[in-house]
Amino acid sequence: MILGTKSEAPKTRGPVDSRGYRIFRVVNTVVLIGVVVVTLFPFLNIVARSLSEEAYIISGKVTIFPRGFDLTAYKLLMSDALFWTNYRNTVVYTVVATLISIVLTTCYAYVLSKPRLKGRGVLVGVALFTMFFSGGLIPNYVLVTSLGMKNTIWAVVIPNAISVFNLLVMKAFFESLPSELEEAAAVDGLNTYGILLRIVLPLSKAIIATMVLFYAVSFWNSWFTAFLYMDQQDLLPVTVYLRNLIAGATSAESAAANADKVQAAATLQAVTIVLTTLPILAVYPFVQRYFVSGVLLGAVKG
Amino acid sequence: MTSTLRPPPPAPPRSPAESASPAPRSPRRRRSWRQALRRDWQLYSLAILPLLFFLVFRYLPMIGNVIAFRRFKPGGNIFGEYWVGLRYFRMFFTDPTFWEVFTNTLVLGTLTLLFCFPLPIVLALLLNEVRARRFKRFVQSVSYLPHFLSIVIVAAMVMQLTSIEGAANQVVRLFGGDAVAFLQQPGWFRTIYVSSEVWQTVGWGTILYLAALTTIDQDLYEAARIDGAGRLRQTWHVTLPGIRPTMVTLLILNIGSFMAVGFEKILLIYNPLTYPTADVISTYLFRMGFQSSNFSYAAAVGLFEAVIGLVLVLTANLISRRTVGTSLW
Repeated sequence: MILGTKSEAPKTRGPVDSRGYRIFRVVNTVVLIGVVVVTLFPFLNIVARSLSEEAYIISGKVTIFPRGFDLTAYKLLMSDALFWTNYRNTVVYTVVATLISIVLTTCYAYVLSKPRLKGRGVLVGVALFTMFFSGGLIPNYVLVTSLGMKNTIWAVVIPNAISVFNLLVMKAFFESLPSELEEAAAVDGLNTYGILLRIVLPLSKAIIATMVLFYAVSFWNSWFTAFLYMDQQDLLPVTVYLRNLIAGATSAESAAANADKVQAAATLQAVTIVLTTLPILAVYPFVQRYFVSGVLLGAVKG
Repeated sequence: MTSTLRPPPPAPPRSPAESASPAPRSPRRRRSWRQALRRDWQLYSLAILPLLFFLVFRYLPMIGNVIAFRRFKPGGNIFGEYWVGLRYFRMFFTDPTFWEVFTNTLVLGTLTLLFCFPLPIVLALLLNEVRARRFKRFVQSVSYLPHFLSIVIVAAMVMQLTSIEGAANQVVRLFGGDAVAFLQQPGWFRTIYVSSEVWQTVGWGTILYLAALTTIDQDLYEAARIDGAGRLRQTWHVTLPGIRPTMVTLLILNIGSFMAVGFEKILLIYNPLTYPTADVISTYLFRMGFQSSNFSYAAAVGLFEAVIGLVLVLTANLISRRTVGTSLW
């Protein structure tokens, strides 16, 4: 019914649309356009603000078109060393974390996908239970701190290495692979590792790509762990830089100190938002459908 | 999500080696652990690191909750110094701030559930009626977008939109009102929080429903139509029952996260002025733990919250299994 192909399926729900239904469709279109407008408005507003002169912002005149076109804030932020250090940190954390997550998730999901495995129910249960009950903030903090992970990349990268949701999606995918292939490989003398590396993984590019996307986005966007475990400014990811900017905490150092001269606080925030969002916006159109199919991979099966 | 959340179908542990690889001996049905290990040690070895992860970073903190019952000194024993029994629980149960925070959690949780659960269903149904494929795709793509933003960015956007010179106040001025400092006023916090939550989650929330909609048997519509059902009745009698398992599953999950209302977002946009409506259990816990360094107290609050959350999921799951026959496990 989701308009699979243009020609067939959908039109069969009624011989001729009743008048009421035709009216509904017009209203529906208007509502959906409304949804689009409401969703996009904040983006346009921020971009407009980032390109406007502070004076226009302060007098509340910027809506979705820039007023008094001004790039000062962009230049300011571009020249802020801390911003770039934090930006680079985000990239590094995301890459390392995603790598670790993928390896761990793939291994566990593969193990869980083997019905013959003794004790599989327990292994699944171990993961599932953590979806519904967690140790909580304080014990986690105490643990990470006492492991000496504070102010290291590991605090950001390890404690969130496996997402159970991703694990389940991947498990579902592995279960859908034809087991005959693996049996044939086993007969040909490949061991488990060989089967995983040479047979299963090459067949799983779609799911691995999806998982990379899922994990990368979540690590790219995360801020709280870094905020919690890192107290050196040059270790922070860019999300925390932004957080500090909106919380007014950076004022002592870096950006806002320069901003003092220009009084560009509001614009500067807008610019930081734009620059932090940009990578996501840039890749979004290209990766979006993989996300969608990734979720469906786990959802509609069975 | 519907099906993946269900743990494996029956009898995983003792499956007879059916089609599996050339198990040499043992025609007996149950394999002993020794045999399983000998045959599958390579598989088990792949599970070691992930298991270690779960044990250390998920289960150890659960055990770490004993500090809620023990006196903890930062830098000391991670399980605390000595037993104090229920002292910390009594402390927060008698603390008026705790009850204010508890109420806020319930209110925000309920509002979130009230809006963020049904709206994706409505949007999915509306999208489902769209025939122009490209328009539909476009609306979907746009509405998914906010889901991919960092919570920090969303919070920053909220702040910009609601600031004195922000877009929200432009509207207020347009209607001749005076600019409102939205984020300074407790009266506005719930509205702002819930609408930003809706903005960020509704589009993405439709995805599973749209998936479920594709699985409905077209013949049912045909049959309904022959029985004289109009579009609306078809939706009511065919579409909605068709996506009911998905609805129930997501409802249970939503109920499970009821207590943990948007901790990160609230932490980012609240301030002492809005505490009366914005402060929830998890933010209170955060302040107690990290600003007042009262770890044991905060752990007690956290444990309380987590247990309520667990009870809620279990109850919701049980009720749903008894009544509609759908459950997470």
